[in-house]
Amino acid sequence: MAKDEIKSEYRLIGTRPNRPDGLDKVTGRARYGADMTLPGMLFAAVVRSPHAHARILKIDASAAVALDGVKAVVTRADFPTGLTGEDWNLQENSMAGDVALYDGHAVAAIAATSRLLAEDAAKLIKIDYEVLPHVIDVDDAIRPDAPVVRTGAADHSVPAGSPPNVVKCLDFGHGDIEAGFAAADLVREQTYKTEATHQGYIEPHACVAQLGADGKGEMWVCTQGQWYIRRMCAAVLGIDASGLRVTPSEIGGGFGGKTIIFMEPLALALSRKAGGRPVKLVMSRSDVLRATGPTASASMDVKLGMTKDGKLTAAKVNFRMQGGAFLGASPVGEALSCALACYDIPAVQHDGVEVLANRPKAAAYRAPGSPMAAFAVESLLDEMCHELGLDPLDVRLKNAVREGVKASYGPTYAKIGLVEVLEATKAHPNLLAKLGPNQGRGIASGFWFNHGGETSVSLAIGEDGTVTVSAGTPDIGGSRASLALMVAETLGIEYEAVRVNIVETGALGVNEPSHGSRATFATGKAAVEAARHAMAEMCRRAAKEWGIDEEAVVWKDGAAMPAGPNAGKFPPMSIAEIGAKMGGNGGPISGHHETNADGVGASFGAHVVDVEVDPETGRTTILRYLVVQDAGRAIHPAYVEGQYQGGAVQGIGWALNEEYVYGANGRLQNAVFLDYRIPVASDLPMIDTVIVEVPNPGHPYGVRGVGETGITPPLPAIANAVAMATGARIRSLPLSPPKVLAAIKAKGRG
Amino acid sequence: MVKVHLWSGLRRFTDGVEVVQVSAETVGQMLDGLVAAHPGLAPVIAAGVSVTIDGVLTASRFSAVSAAHEIYLIQRIKGG
Repeated sequence: MAKDEIKSEYRLIGTRPNRPDGLDKVTGRARYGADMTLPGMLFAAVVRSPHAHARILKIDASAAVALDGVKAVVTRADFPTGLTGEDWNLQENSMAGDVALYDGHAVAAIAATSRLLAEDAAKLIKIDYEVLPHVIDVDDAIRPDAPVVRTGAADHSVPAGSPPNVVKCLDFGHGDIEAGFAAADLVREQTYKTEATHQGYIEPHACVAQLGADGKGEMWVCTQGQWYIRRMCAAVLGIDASGLRVTPSEIGGGFGGKTIIFMEPLALALSRKAGGRPVKLVMSRSDVLRATGPTASASMDVKLGMTKDGKLTAAKVNFRMQGGAFLGASPVGEALSCALACYDIPAVQHDGVEVLANRPKAAAYRAPGSPMAAFAVESLLDEMCHELGLDPLDVRLKNAVREGVKASYGPTYAKIGLVEVLEATKAHPNLLAKLGPNQGRGIASGFWFNHGGETSVSLAIGEDGTVTVSAGTPDIGGSRASLALMVAETLGIEYEAVRVNIVETGALGVNEPSHGSRATFATGKAAVEAARHAMAEMCRRAAKEWGIDEEAVVWKDGAAMPAGPNAGKFPPMSIAEIGAKMGGNGGPISGHHETNADGVGASFGAHVVDVEVDPETGRTTILRYLVVQDAGRAIHPAYVEGQYQGGAVQGIGWALNEEYVYGANGRLQNAVFLDYRIPVASDLPMIDTVIVEVPNPGHPYGVRGVGETGITPPLPAIANAVAMATGARIRSLPLSPPKVLAAIKAKGRG
Repeated sequence: MVKVHLWSGLRRFTDGVEVVQVSAETVGQMLDGLVAAHPGLAPVIAAGVSVTIDGVLTASRFSAVSAAHEIYLIQRIKGG
C-alpha cells in the first residue's frame, strides 16, 4: 500500500509535492561540480601509475614545466610528512609516496592555462618505476606467500604469525554453536564470492579549488559532505580547517563514494603552488573507475543449521574482504554485523579478516558490506529451503527478528518492522504471477542499521513569513523536499513557503555527510527542533505585542494565539504578521539546533524478482521486481519509492554484470562504461514498491532512513531466481551471461 | 555500575570476560572506565566503536547509562 492510501494524522507529511530542484535540473540550470568557472582559472591533469605495484624511482617534470602556460606541478614532495592513521591513508591514496600501490594511483599533477595543455604536459612528465609483484584477488592476497602490499599496516587485532596482508581480524557471536548445529535436521556449508563494483554515479568527481600561501582557500566541489572534505583536505595539506571554505555543488549521485577525498587536495596543492590561482580538476570516467570508489570484493563461507520445519538453529559465517591497499577501507565489520541480522537464531558465530590488495582504497557504497553478506547467507538459506521442500518466504517469516529479540550482532532489537515487511510481501500480487519455461522467482531479505550523526541546522523567518532552512547535508535523495515538508508541517504553513538551501562550511557547525541514510532522519530531526525554537520566539514576540505573559501564548496552524480565554482576547498573529513586525520588536527571528542525533531506527526490506534466462546465451532478463521496505514514515513517498527503485537497480547491476576486471598485469581492463556495464532503462521493468510504515519512536515523525537497505536483497534475490530458472546454483557474482551459460552446460553434462 | 557487553574478540583484553562492569553515568564515562579497567581496549576504542543502549545506536558521549540499560559495544558502523 502506498503511503498516500494510509490514513494520516498529518497535513503534509506523506504528500507528494513538486521537487524543489526539478526545474533547475530539467532546464540545465543546476550547477554541478564541473560547472563552476572563475577568473584566471587553471586546469589540472593527473599522472597516474600504469602499474599495480611499483617503486617510484624518479619523477622528471622539467619538460612539462618548460611549456608555456604550465603553471605548477605537484608530487608527494609538496605535501607535509608525518601524518598517521586515516590521515596518512587519505594522503597516500590522494598522491603516491615512494610506491604506487595500484593501477591508477596518482603520482603527479599539473596545472596549466587550458585543459588540453594540462593533459599534453602531463604526458611529458617522465617517471621511472621499479615494478614490484602485485596481488589483486582477495583469496590470493590472504596466502602466506602472497606479494606483500605494505608492511606494518596491521592493527592490534591481528595475531602474530598471520599472513602478511591480513590487517584486521574480527570475531563475535553468542550461544552454543555446536549444540545449535546438533539440533538441526539439515546442516549445509558453502563458499560465495563477490567482485568489487563501483558506485557508478553519473557525475564524475569535479572541483574548483583555490588556496593561497597564507593557508586560506575556497573550494567548490561535488560531495556528499563538505565538512568531511574540509577536514580531510586540511589534514592532508597541513592547513587549518577553518582556513578552507567548502561549498557543495549540486550532486549527480554519490552512494557513499563522495564521502571522502580523492583529487581535491591535488587541486588545492596546485593552486597554492600556482600563486593562489583557482584550479579546476575534473576526473574522466576512466580515472573515476581506476582511482575512486569501489566497494570491496569478498570471499565468504556460510554454514547454517535448520530443522525440517524451517527453524534456524545455528549459523556460522567467515568473511574475507579486501578494500585495497589501506587498513580500514573494507566493510568487513559491517558485513559480519548485517549477515544474520534478519533472523532469530539461538547460536551464531562471526569471523572475518580484512586483507590488503593492490587496488584503490575502497569507499563506502550504500549499506557497506551488507549486500555481499546477504548474497552469501540468503543464497544458502534459499538452497536449504528448496532441499527441505519449504516455502522460502514462510521460512524467512518463521525466523524473522522482531522487537525484543536478541540481534545476531548482540543487542536486543527495539521497535522494528521485518515481520510487517514480510507479511506485506506475501500479500503482493506479484507472487501470484505464473512462471513459464526458463523463468524463476527469487526472494531475499535485507537489513541496514541507518545512522544519526553530527548535525547542525538553522532556520530563518523572512519578513513576509516565508522560511529559509540552511542545512549541511547535500541533497542526494530528496532531502530538500523532505526537510521542507517536515518544517512546514511543524510550523503549520505551506510547503511552498519553505526553501531549503544546502550551505557551505562557514554557515553552520560541523555536519557529517549525507551518508548512512541519515539526511531525512538526522537533519530532519534537527530542522524540526529548529522550527520549534523559532516558534517559541514567535510566541514570545506575539506575547510582547499583546502585553501578556509568553507562557500564555501557543503556536497553532501557522500563527501565535492566546493559550485560552484567560490569556486575553486577541486574534491569531500569523507568521507573516510576525515576520513583518520583527524588525521593530526585537530583530530577526531564527531557529537553530545542533545535535549528534540519537534514536536511529534500523530498516528491513524484502525483494521478490522474476527472471527469465536465455538457455542459449545465458542472458538474464528481469521480468518483474518488487521492493517492500519499512520506511518508518515516508515523508515524501515519491522520493522513498525512488530510493527503493534506485537501490534495486544498483543491486541488479551488481548481481548481473558489474565487476572490476583486472589483467594478469594487475591493470584494470574495463575502466569505461562501455565495458563496465551498469543497468540502463531498457534493461529494466518498472520496479514495483510497497512502503511499509512502522514508525521509529526516535524521530518526531517516525523516520528510519531509506537510502541503503534497498541495495541489500537484490544480489541474493536474483541469484535465487536464476537458480530456480536454470537449476544451476552459481555462488559467485556477477551472474554474467558467460558464467550462467557455463553453469547451464555444466549441469547438462552432470 | 553498568554492564557492558563486548564482542567476543575483545575477551583477550579483559581476562576472558565478555560482560564488563564499570562505574559510569554516561557513555563517555563508560568508555573511559573500560580503558581504565582494561588498558588493552584503548586502541580498539580509539579506532572507533559503536555503542547501543537498549538496542538503539548512540553517538553521544553524554548519553545517560544506568544499571537498567542494556549496553553493547559493536563494530563501528559507517554508512554510504
